Amino acid sequence: MSGTYLGMPAFPTAAASATRDGQLRANLTHATHTIRDKRARAVAELPDWALLREAGAAIKDRTLRHLDGYLERLEAAVTAAGGQVHWAEDAEAANRIVTDLVLATGEREVVKVKSMATQEIGLNAALERAGVRAYETDLAELIVQLGDDLPSHILVPAIHRNRTEIRDIFRERMAEWGRAAPEGLSDRPADLAEAARLHLRQKFLDAKVAVSGANFMVAETGTMVVVESEGNGRMCLTLPETLISVVGIEKVVPSWRDLEVFLQLLPRSSTAERMNPYTSMWTGTTDDDGPRAFHLVLLDNGRTDTLADTVGRQALRCIRCSACLNVCPVYERAGGHAYGSAYPGPIGAILTPQLRGVGSELDASLPYASSLCGACYEVCPVAIDIPEVLVHLRERVVEGGEVTRNGRRVRIRPARGHAAERAAMRAARWTLDHPGVLRAGQRLAGRMRGLQPRRLPGPGRAWTASRDLPPLPAEPFREWWRRTRGEQREAGR
Amino acid sequence: MSARDVVLGRVRRALADVPREETPEQVPVARSYLDSHAPADAVELLAENLADYRALVHRATAAELPGLIAGLLAAREARSVLVPVGLPESWLAAAGGVRRVPDEASATPHALDAVDSVVTGCAVAIAETGTLVLDAGPDQGRRRITLVPDHHICVVRVPEQVVESVPQGLRRLVPERPLTWISGPSATSDIELDRVEGVHGPRRLEVVLLAG
Repeated sequence: MSGTYLGMPAFPTAAASATRDGQLRANLTHATHTIRDKRARAVAELPDWALLREAGAAIKDRTLRHLDGYLERLEAAVTAAGGQVHWAEDAEAANRIVTDLVLATGEREVVKVKSMATQEIGLNAALERAGVRAYETDLAELIVQLGDDLPSHILVPAIHRNRTEIRDIFRERMAEWGRAAPEGLSDRPADLAEAARLHLRQKFLDAKVAVSGANFMVAETGTMVVVESEGNGRMCLTLPETLISVVGIEKVVPSWRDLEVFLQLLPRSSTAERMNPYTSMWTGTTDDDGPRAFHLVLLDNGRTDTLADTVGRQALRCIRCSACLNVCPVYERAGGHAYGSAYPGPIGAILTPQLRGVGSELDASLPYASSLCGACYEVCPVAIDIPEVLVHLRERVVEGGEVTRNGRRVRIRPARGHAAERAAMRAARWTLDHPGVLRAGQRLAGRMRGLQPRRLPGPGRAWTASRDLPPLPAEPFREWWRRTRGEQREAGR
Repeated sequence: MSARDVVLGRVRRALADVPREETPEQVPVARSYLDSHAPADAVELLAENLADYRALVHRATAAELPGLIAGLLAAREARSVLVPVGLPESWLAAAGGVRRVPDEASATPHALDAVDSVVTGCAVAIAETGTLVLDAGPDQGRRRITLVPDHHICVVRVPEQVVESVPQGLRRLVPERPLTWISGPSATSDIELDRVEGVHGPRRLEVVLLAG
C-alpha cells in the first residue's frame, strides 16, 4: 500500500483476499465486538436515545435542505470573528488552496489532526509534491503513516494492526520520521502510547502550521468543533501560528443549541463513552490565545452531487461515528481496505459511490458490499437508511440513468458486468416458477456433487468470485422434508 | 466565476426539489429529548463520572483548599506551576517551594513544556458526562497551559458551577470564547481498543470540588 486508493481492485476482489487473512480477521473481530458491546451499554444509559436520534436526523435534514443559506451565514460569522473562508469545488482545488497557504507561511512542515476530509482529497501526497512534509499526530494515523499503510476504519484507522505489528512498525520506522522508538520497546499499549508521546512532542512544540478537519461548524456563530481523545488535536489547534481547517460543506449545523444533540449522539456512538476526553471549540481567532491566522477551506468534492440525489442525500447526515462499521458482518470479514476509500464500511458503501460516481469498477461494486441485514441503520445515530440507499445505488449501477456529476446532469449507462446478473435473476425466477424442473435439477446435482467446482464458470462467475460456492447437500431439502416430516405425519396418524 | 459561486450554485441546483418558499423553520425538528437525565445529586454524579474516567477527585472547603493544592503539587514533586492571571491568590498560598510561572502570551511552547503542573478554575462542569469546560476566563488562562504540562489541577466551585447535562452546559457557555471540554485525562483506544490514559495532554487530571 502506498497511501493512495487509486488503482484499487473492485470490492469483491479485495474482499476475497482480505477474508483469507486470518490475522486481519482476528484483529477486526476482537476490536469490533469490543466496541459494539460497549456502545450498546453507553446508549442504554440514555432513555431518550431514540428522540435524540430523531432530532439529530431532523437537524441534518433541515441543514441540507437549506445548505446554501447556512453556508453563507457560516462564512459571514467566521469572517467577522477574524477567520478567512476559502471555497474548494474539488479535491484538486482544496489541495492547491492548502498548499498555497502553507507555502505562504514559509514553512515546510505541518502537523495534522486526524481528518477524513484531508484523507479523502489526498492532501498529504499533494503537500509532499510541493515539498511540504505533513505529520499525522493521531496515534492510529501515525501508525498508518509510519507503516506506509492506508487507514481501514473511520475512528480507529489502524484497527487492522495488533500490538505486536504496531511495535514492529515503531521500532523499524520511527527514526526515519523523527525521534526513534525507545530501546527495547515492548508491545504493551501503554508503552506504545508513551513512545508516540515522545516521538510527537518535539513536532508539536516546533510546529508553526497545523491542518485539521472539524466535526461540526455552527452557522449561527461561526464556531468550529473538534472532538478527540488524545490531546494531539488540542496541540495542533492551539500551539501553531497558522491553522488551516478543511471541512466538508455538510458539516455545518444551524445553531449553537444543535450541539446539545450531536455532543450526546457522537461520543456514545463512536468511542462508546459518555463524552470523549477533549473537545475544542473556537470561533475565528482570539487575541493572544491560539493561532493568529485561521483559514477555513469549505470542501465540495462530490457533496453537491450527492445532495442532488433525493434518496442518496441522507448520506450527508453522517457524523463519522463509525458505529455502522462495527456492526457490519461484511466489514468485519473484509476489512476496511477492501472498500478502496477513506470511508469504509456501510457508510463508505453509500458515500463513496456518490462522492466519486459509479464510473469505476470499484465504485460500481461498492453498493454490493453489503448483506442488507440492516444492522447499520439500527445503530446509526442520525438514522441514515443505509440499506435503502444501497438498493437505490444498485439500481443505478444496473439500470443507469440520470445523475449529477460535477454539478452537471448526465446520463450514465448500465454497468457491463451486471448484465449477467440480470440474466441470472431472470433464469432463477423461471426455475422457481417451475418446481418440477427445480426438483429434477436438484436430484441430479446431489448425485454429481463430487464434481462440484468452487467457482462457477460462465455467467455465474461474478457471483462466486466473491463467495465460495456452498457444498451441495446429498439430498435436496424438499426430499428431506418429504422423507422425515412425511413419515412423522404418517406415524402420528 | 469564483469557486464560491460555483459551489453555492451547485447547492441551489441540487436542491431543486425544495420549494422556493420553504423556510428552514418549516423543516420540523422535534426537541422532545430530555433536557437532563435528572440525576439525584449532580455533584455526586459529577464526582462519580470524573473518577470513572480516571480523573482523581478531591473535596475541600475554602479553608482547606490551599493545603490540599500544596499537598497535590508536593505529591507530584512539582517544582514549577503555571498560574492564570486571575487565579485567586489564596489557592496557592501554601505552596511555598513551588516556582510560579505566569501565563503569558510570549511564553514559547518549549517553555511551557518545562513546567510541571498547572492550577486553574473552570467555567462549567457537566455531571452526566463527567466533563469540565474551560472558557479561557481569568482563572483558567490560555488554552495551551492546561495542555502542555503533564499535571492539571482544576478547581470546581460546587454546587454553583455544576450543571446536570450537556444542554444545560451549552446554555451557560459563550460560543465566541475559546472553549475546551475535558472529560478525564488524555486517553487513546487506538491499539486494539485498549484504553490507555495519557498520550499528549496531561496524564494526571486532579479535580477539586470546592464547597463553601
